[in-house]
Amino acid sequence: MTTVVTENCKGCRFTDCVTVCPVECFHYDDDMLYIDPEVCIDCSACIPECPVQAIYEEDDLPEELQGWVEINAEKASALPVCEEQMTPLPGAAERQAALGF
Amino acid sequence: MAQLGSEQRPLAVAIVGSGPAGFYAAEALLKSELAVKVSLFERLPAPYGLVRSGVAPDHPKLKQAIKVYARIAESDDFHFLGNVTIGRDVLVEELQATHHAVVFACGAQTDRRLGIPGEDLPGSHTATEFVGWYNGHPDYRARRFDLSCETAVIIGQGNVAADVSRILAKSVDELRHTDIAQHALEVLAASKIRDIYVIGRRGPAQAKFTSKELKEFGELQDCAPVVDAEELALNPESEAELADKRSAGNKKVYELFVAYSKRAASGKARRCHFSFLKSPTALLGRERVARIVLEKNRLAGAAFSQAAHGSGESIELETGLVFRSIGYQGVPIAGVPFDAGRGVFPTVDGRITDEGAVIPGLYAAGWIKRGPTGIIGTNRADSRATIAALLQDLAALDGGADKGGTAAVCQLLQQRGVRYVGFPDWKRIDQSEIERGRPKAKPREKYTSTREMLAVLDA
Repeated sequence: MTTVVTENCKGCRFTDCVTVCPVECFHYDDDMLYIDPEVCIDCSACIPECPVQAIYEEDDLPEELQGWVEINAEKASALPVCEEQMTPLPGAAERQAALGF
Repeated sequence: MAQLGSEQRPLAVAIVGSGPAGFYAAEALLKSELAVKVSLFERLPAPYGLVRSGVAPDHPKLKQAIKVYARIAESDDFHFLGNVTIGRDVLVEELQATHHAVVFACGAQTDRRLGIPGEDLPGSHTATEFVGWYNGHPDYRARRFDLSCETAVIIGQGNVAADVSRILAKSVDELRHTDIAQHALEVLAASKIRDIYVIGRRGPAQAKFTSKELKEFGELQDCAPVVDAEELALNPESEAELADKRSAGNKKVYELFVAYSKRAASGKARRCHFSFLKSPTALLGRERVARIVLEKNRLAGAAFSQAAHGSGESIELETGLVFRSIGYQGVPIAGVPFDAGRGVFPTVDGRITDEGAVIPGLYAAGWIKRGPTGIIGTNRADSRATIAALLQDLAALDGGADKGGTAAVCQLLQQRGVRYVGFPDWKRIDQSEIERGRPKAKPREKYTSTREMLAVLDA
């Protein structure tokens, strides 16, 4: 089991999740964050922090988001660690509203 | 004189407490641009605070946060000093004399009280005592819990209440291969507990459990979750709360309660009842707890700020074992101001204050700063914020004199005959615990006294 960042993070990257991660398992690129499943300890602390509910426990992942398990693992291993909260991406607030949050 | 924080004059910081907040404070210092020397003090020989002695033994993955701390401890600029009690073995003023700054990350070591009659009857315990006991914490190894009655009551519906209930609910087979203390395993093996009541002050929409914790109760070998469907009725404010998109977590929890309420009787030996809108008003019994009085509550107030108010109507439940799990509070240390009302050290932006005025060089992080809220990782952001404040104060922290740092404190300790435990020493104790666990297929068998831990170092 692991914890997974999905679609909704794209274009937002609020990074609230990073402030509660005990093990620095979030990695980032210009679009979004990814969780390194090798490092994550499944504490689930990040899940309620996400303003756009992009983060799921693997067990709770809706069918259409299953592909994100592999994307997180692959991307995270090659990208830099997100150590602390960053400024959200431009347009994040609009995207949040568009997502209905 | 070289600048403070340069290689020639590193910034010497003492941190008190080796739980998550202490280690994250050390990490933030060691990652700063400055040359820093950290002395991290712990009153036990074993580090890691509540990750070692709070996180439940059947949640081993969560305990892997320890790997992060062990990595921090390997830094050449980090010194662990275990088995040292600040305020007794070393005074706060002595830490100030030997370090440029002191960061208190000593957590919240006692429970809040209910303040009801009978609270101190035998059979009434704090969750802290039970958690410390089953986790092998030296302070609680000698506690006795009488599990010979059939009904246990847990007051509170947060993550500690979930842990206590689940440990009582699990079969010994489900716990045998965890790092639970041997003495606890033996007592739990003889448990006669059949019914466990987990009581919340507010309603099912406000329970503080996470869905993940609650889900575990549906998957236990010998215990079935029980919820009375009538107790799941919601007032319009609670319905509005759950309908809000921000309440995804609470909604999942509520849906689990609904699912549990529809389960057919399981035939399992134990039942864990989740019950809502009740507050204890008294524990009754002659020599020990025999009954608990619970007043029914109703909610009042707007959605998201509803409070529980007593209705005047009470019920009684027969029980011989009550655990209160309604939050922790910190304990004072000589030489540091204390806010007794909140159970924390008073601070502004992590700087400790006295009557509102900042005391130069004293800082706080974690539960002793903000109170007992949040989970392991919350302390990381909290400690980083405190260290950011400390680094801003750099100029003021430089009194001009050089500070002896770790070496100076070690000299004091040696003079006083205090046997401190360094990180290499701890690693030997750690290894020995792991070896002791191996024949029983446990990740480790903890030493539950300081004497036993020190004996490993003498062997």
